[in-house]
Amino acid sequence: MILVYIEVRDGKVKKSSLEALSEGKRRAGELELEAHAVLVGHGLEGLASGLYAYGAAKVHVLENTLLSHYSPSAYAYALHSLVEELQPPALLFSATALGKDLAPRVAAKLGVGMASECTRMEVQEGRLEVVRPVFAGKAFVTFRVTSTPQIMTLRPNVFPVEEGGGSGETEVKEVVVPENQTHDRVIEQLREEGTELDVTEAEIIVSGGRGLKSPENFDLLRDLTHILPHSAVGASRSAVDSGWIDHQHQVGQTGKTVSPDLYLAFGLSGAIQHLAGMASSKYIVAVNKDPDAPIFKVADFGVVGDLFEIIPHLKEGLKKALAE
Amino acid sequence: MNTFVFIKRVPDTESKIRIDHENNCIIEEGLNFVMSPYDEYAVEEALQIRESKGGTVTVFSVGSEESIIILKKALAMGADEAVLIRDDAPESYDGLRTARIIAEAIKQKYSEYGLILFGKQSMGADNAQVPAMVAEMLGLPQVNVITQLELEGNTGSALREIEGASEKVTVPLPAVVSAQKGLNEPRYETLKGIMMAKRKQIPVITTAELGLSDEQLAPQLTIVRMETPPAREAGKIVEGDAAETAQQLVDFLHEEAKVI
Repeated sequence: MILVYIEVRDGKVKKSSLEALSEGKRRAGELELEAHAVLVGHGLEGLASGLYAYGAAKVHVLENTLLSHYSPSAYAYALHSLVEELQPPALLFSATALGKDLAPRVAAKLGVGMASECTRMEVQEGRLEVVRPVFAGKAFVTFRVTSTPQIMTLRPNVFPVEEGGGSGETEVKEVVVPENQTHDRVIEQLREEGTELDVTEAEIIVSGGRGLKSPENFDLLRDLTHILPHSAVGASRSAVDSGWIDHQHQVGQTGKTVSPDLYLAFGLSGAIQHLAGMASSKYIVAVNKDPDAPIFKVADFGVVGDLFEIIPHLKEGLKKALAE
Repeated sequence: MNTFVFIKRVPDTESKIRIDHENNCIIEEGLNFVMSPYDEYAVEEALQIRESKGGTVTVFSVGSEESIIILKKALAMGADEAVLIRDDAPESYDGLRTARIIAEAIKQKYSEYGLILFGKQSMGADNAQVPAMVAEMLGLPQVNVITQLELEGNTGSALREIEGASEKVTVPLPAVVSAQKGLNEPRYETLKGIMMAKRKQIPVITTAELGLSDEQLAPQLTIVRMETPPAREAGKIVEGDAAETAQQLVDFLHEEAKVI
């Protein structure tokens, strides 16, 4: 079977895990295999049956109170024992903060290689072949992971979620976790005030650059994210380096690589290292005073004009269009 | 406390990437190579630890002889020692291979350390695999993508960035950590540092010396193809009255992109 790791945050299954499960199910179907899901933690059994609809023929729940908080060493320990038992040809993770932390630890435990941040997956000669961006999207490489299990992390927001599977079964296993394996567990989670979605998970990104002129003006963009569904605020490196907004929001080669449905760029010139990080967005819309700004070369729609004059009208227009 | 920092030579972020399709690799000619930006935060953090806790900072790089330039930069920033782990193999994008080389070098030759630092990922391969793999191979705790680190006795306390939040993690030392932007502000090299770095001998270790077999060094990934993304075509550009152009933008989102 293709085994898919399912991440739980704040008691809920992450959407990106459902994307990975759906993709696992699609490829497993081609290989005439089943897709299985695995939950690691404490008290997660109740989430298992919800995964059948996304194609999990079986859900393995690895249970131990010591796993109630994320610990890369302990989670890798638990997953490793399941992989040894099931011997799946492939193991998929979503390329979230947790997935990117955990997958390589599991791979090293198994002594196998892995491909990170995959954006496409297909079956070739009975094995998975993946495409992934390198240099933050300036190039794309098609890889075959030759070791088994083939381990991959899948970039969030790229693979479609597919509901429609039927029934499945759940097996809860009380796993043994040596106390010393929890030496890197998370003690507490500190949430940034007012943040909702991360740019890597948003369907719409409202992004700003130097043209915003001050940290306060990022509120204009925050306002737009309150109107637009599943949206988050992004920023250019120069805006971040000016101290106008936290680095968490930075898009580009020293920030995050994103592929939202819509990327709205305000006062952002489009330096090469920024374009690399967002060029795979489905639609790019730019508002900039400078008609020669490089961002217009990649924008599907551009407005040459003053963002401070345009945003208030845009806000009203969007409200009206969304209300209809 | 002694710290080890692992750094990598990569093309700078302004680079335009061109592909050698015959060999499935990037064309290095004309590119400007630098220390991977996230690694600079790791070096800076190690220097700050030395300043507050004592000990030494040793930087390592796995790569060709050309990596000496970035090792010299780290020395010029203030690192005490630099070591080149010579590996002339082409970029395979296989983190396991690099992690094996690093873990072997540490196990066999460098046992005195309290902390191993990396950048959260190398710029280019964008893998973010090696720090966690090295931690696993050495049986150490890991905290990746950190924006804050405090050391107290035999314990490290770090903040690690996740989606829309931070996680606080406390680990026993020695440990592996990887640096995110925001951890600190990397210093510039000083003139004195540059002069000292020039004179400094950089020992070279080879993979053969580490006793790694061809099998252990064989990449676990095969590159089938390498391409640049299709160029996006510029779309419609409008100019004029703010209310009018804003409405045109809304119409585009509604009717063409259908995102609202």
